[in-house]
Amino acid sequence: MPQEHRLILKHADQPGYTPDIECYIRHGGYEALRKALATPGRDLPDGKKMSSREVIRDEVLKSGLRGRGGAGFSAGLKWSFVDRRSGKPIYLICNADESEPGTFKDRQILHKDPHQLVEGMIISCWANDVKLAYIYIRGEMPHGARLLNKALDEARAKGFLGKNILGSGADLEIHVHRGAGAYICGEETGLIESLEGKRPYPRIKPPYFPAVLGLYMCPTIVNNVETLCHVRHIVNMGGAEYAKLGTPNNTGTRIISLSGDVRKPGYFEVEVGKVTLGEVIYNESFGGGLKPGRTLKAIIPGGSSSKVLKAGEKFKLRKKGADGQMVAVDTDLLDLPYDFDSLQQAGTMSGSGAVIVMDDTREIVDVLANVSEFYAHESCGQCTPCREGALWMSKALHRMTTGGGRSQDADYLLHIAQNIQGRTICAFGEAAAWPVLSFVKKFKDDFVARGKADEEARAKGMIPTAHH
Amino acid sequence: MSNAPTTAPAPTAPPPVEKIRIKVDGREIDVPKMMPDWQGKLVPTTMLQACQIAAQEVPHYCYHPKLPIAGNCRMCLVEFGTPVMDPATKKPVVNEDGSPKIARSVLPYEPGTPRGAIACATPISPGMEIYPSSPATKQMREAVLESLLINHPLDCPICDQAGECKLQEYSVQHGQAASRFVEPKVHKPKAVDLGPRIVLDDERCVLCTRCIRFTRDVAGDDALGIVNRGSYNTISAAPGKQFDNNYTLNTVDICPVGALTSKDFRFKMRVWFLKETKSVCTSCSTGCNITIGSRENVIHRYEPRDNDAVNASWMCDAGRLNYTWVGRADRLQEVRVRGERSTWPVALAQITEHLRQAAEGSVAIIASARQTTEELYLLRRLAVRLGAITDAVEREGEADRLLVSADRNPNSQGARLTGIAYTEIGISIPTIADGIRAGRIRTLVVFGEDVTKVGIDAALLAKVETLIVSDILPNATTAAAHYLLPGCAHAEKRGTFINGKGRVQKFMKAVEPRGDARPEWEFLAEVAKALGTADGFTTIEGLFNRMASEVPALAGVEWSKLGDTGVTVPV
Repeated sequence: MPQEHRLILKHADQPGYTPDIECYIRHGGYEALRKALATPGRDLPDGKKMSSREVIRDEVLKSGLRGRGGAGFSAGLKWSFVDRRSGKPIYLICNADESEPGTFKDRQILHKDPHQLVEGMIISCWANDVKLAYIYIRGEMPHGARLLNKALDEARAKGFLGKNILGSGADLEIHVHRGAGAYICGEETGLIESLEGKRPYPRIKPPYFPAVLGLYMCPTIVNNVETLCHVRHIVNMGGAEYAKLGTPNNTGTRIISLSGDVRKPGYFEVEVGKVTLGEVIYNESFGGGLKPGRTLKAIIPGGSSSKVLKAGEKFKLRKKGADGQMVAVDTDLLDLPYDFDSLQQAGTMSGSGAVIVMDDTREIVDVLANVSEFYAHESCGQCTPCREGALWMSKALHRMTTGGGRSQDADYLLHIAQNIQGRTICAFGEAAAWPVLSFVKKFKDDFVARGKADEEARAKGMIPTAHH
Repeated sequence: MSNAPTTAPAPTAPPPVEKIRIKVDGREIDVPKMMPDWQGKLVPTTMLQACQIAAQEVPHYCYHPKLPIAGNCRMCLVEFGTPVMDPATKKPVVNEDGSPKIARSVLPYEPGTPRGAIACATPISPGMEIYPSSPATKQMREAVLESLLINHPLDCPICDQAGECKLQEYSVQHGQAASRFVEPKVHKPKAVDLGPRIVLDDERCVLCTRCIRFTRDVAGDDALGIVNRGSYNTISAAPGKQFDNNYTLNTVDICPVGALTSKDFRFKMRVWFLKETKSVCTSCSTGCNITIGSRENVIHRYEPRDNDAVNASWMCDAGRLNYTWVGRADRLQEVRVRGERSTWPVALAQITEHLRQAAEGSVAIIASARQTTEELYLLRRLAVRLGAITDAVEREGEADRLLVSADRNPNSQGARLTGIAYTEIGISIPTIADGIRAGRIRTLVVFGEDVTKVGIDAALLAKVETLIVSDILPNATTAAAHYLLPGCAHAEKRGTFINGKGRVQKFMKAVEPRGDARPEWEFLAEVAKALGTADGFTTIEGLFNRMASEVPALAGVEWSKLGDTGVTVPV
């Protein structure tokens, strides 16, 4: 029977566990920092020497840690892209702007165990020669910001932060910066612009890759809260040992936020890939199944921007067979391992780890109208396809949910969405387009039927035709 | 006057420009690896620049060669391909026919769908293929245009930009005839008073941010920004602030649509009726290149004309709006001799005869550094013949950090190089005043200046026995003239100015002179010929070339070599 594997949330929900530093230290806190600072350099076979900082970075690379914010990119590789020869300071930013609908994992850490993040950040900053770091926290989490500031004060008082950390000679300052409530500030270059005091318009890449031209045009690392916490555990365990958690290329643990039509919505930390999507929803350790008498209709597997999965879908997953050859294995939706690669092969993504379940009581058109309204509201409006397309889709869906549907609206929506994805400055274009593309493609009958019903109702004079 | 070294340094060959071979629409072309960015700094060449070299237009809204790149309009999305590299050998993979194998850009998550890159910001790489005419590229453009138009008011018939609107032009060239949009449009503020010279229609705006970037990054006044979010984005001046710097009207020029309009020009004239004449601004010694827009002898606007050696693509608002005097009702239009209406032959004959008989040293000439170089040259020839003392009038203001020069005369260098004035313009005027006072100077020739404002007051002027004046507008000096010769505004004639940095720039005639007015160079040439001090010139080209052969600083310069943007001479 699959169980949670709590690494990050090991203590968070234990009775009596408090977010202050004394409690954290009692539970082994800041030992990883001491260990990191004491890490010896390493002699390489070719006679070159790896500095102790490089050793930590190498351990993170070996751990296979992938970003927990949404893209699932290798954290170690991301660090390796940092321009270390520019002569400019290197900045690290913790992206705590958790805003993807359905996602409520980072706030568990921020509210219950902020020192874990602080320790992860201090180690990551030390390993990357960062002397100034920021935590960009969502404006809607004022309590988290207060706790973080308190945690930083405590860490400073204990000598974990500030000048000459634990006598190592290394300096670091961390500032908390509160956002003002825009989803786009979670996009790393939008976040950087916002942190610089500007409108959070994502930057064009090229040339503004944060690893080279980030905050104040200096090399910058932007990592998610959960990702930075994992660094602490990688240092504690060693990269190779950490990589044994989870499955190959999908290592470690991650926190799933489960919501929607399940009996027990909540957050669960699991080994990546060791639990299937079906288990997340139905197992008593996790979602505990659907409400009585309901059947599954659809699953949004990785936050509202990920492509929807339809109940009963089957996928061909490439897997290593017994002879070591890659073979395609027929896999039912509910048997998809909840990891980065399997969901990608299923045409969607595990994104921010937010699983949203919809049962047969949900009207798909209404669900998409809701999701679409969010993206129309949150599009920053910088580039044309997303600015105009996101609101266009939302207006069309609003029309469809208020009696103005047309039988051609399914194709109309696909047409708009196809002209957004891949043509925008940032991934928000995909975030706005993918729900529409996937919902309409997979539930086309629902959309066509809604449109036809409205047409017939209008023909009979049952609905005013003011929409046209 | 020239500080040019007497011996020119040995010419060194410029370093060879490193080129990259790419293909644009299947055609191989070598383009420089590096090209100038908006500030002139060499940076990797972009796909847009490469396509321009290949004479393939890539439509764009937000990109402007003199502004930092924004990449927001997505109009310049193009499909492209890059050579496939063997990961093991790091060498290009070849097709069966030996040609390099090209991987077309596709969406990473949907490999069957082409993916565009914004040509304005994507650097080229060796072997890259750009497809500005491919079906996928065309589809991307169509889609962007469709998006830009869904909330646009489609009010071309009453829009001032019609005829020079990129939304119109691209819709015709790259758009589709019908829109699928059936939803209610977003409505935004109309006729917003952004400042003393600018009106904004937010519904027409395509949010390219050219205006924001211009005023922030070029004019140095972070006055404009965007408020609201998403499709409701709206350009706005900072709350409670006016968009009122001296460069605001440039945003009207670079606005690709009819969102920003000039209060001075809007609703005055359909742009397709305007005749465009290349000219130079006369409001200071910077000499910004301009285009005069006129119709039926009425000037309707000045616009800046690109010249990287002078004004890039910009001009100041003060200079731009300084054209209405050309059409003033009180322009001098009549030849007058001692207060009576006369004719050119009569007046010029009398003047010539008078000057011929004038004693050496009894004539002084006060010219204007607003006159053309050719006119100043002819006045100098006369001065040499008559032994006359000459000078011009200084005009000083405050300089700014962008284009406005402290020297508000357009041709101070012309006055200096032709010998009319010394480095310090106006230094000889007290000497002239003394000469009049002492009775030594009995004939005063004044061109284009009111000398009563520079130390030769009406009482002193009354002592002058013969006052010969040419001007455009009436003033105290023209009122006292014995001979009054109506002259031409620069827009009514051809000629050259030499700007503060020695740029010799020609300007062309946009409108006809008023009444009897004639270009000063024409009648000066007649007088000079009659006095035997210059050939008779019937063309400005001949006059300029003769002047260039005599004025040392202009050695080697010819009218035909001036082009549209001029040449620089040592000053």
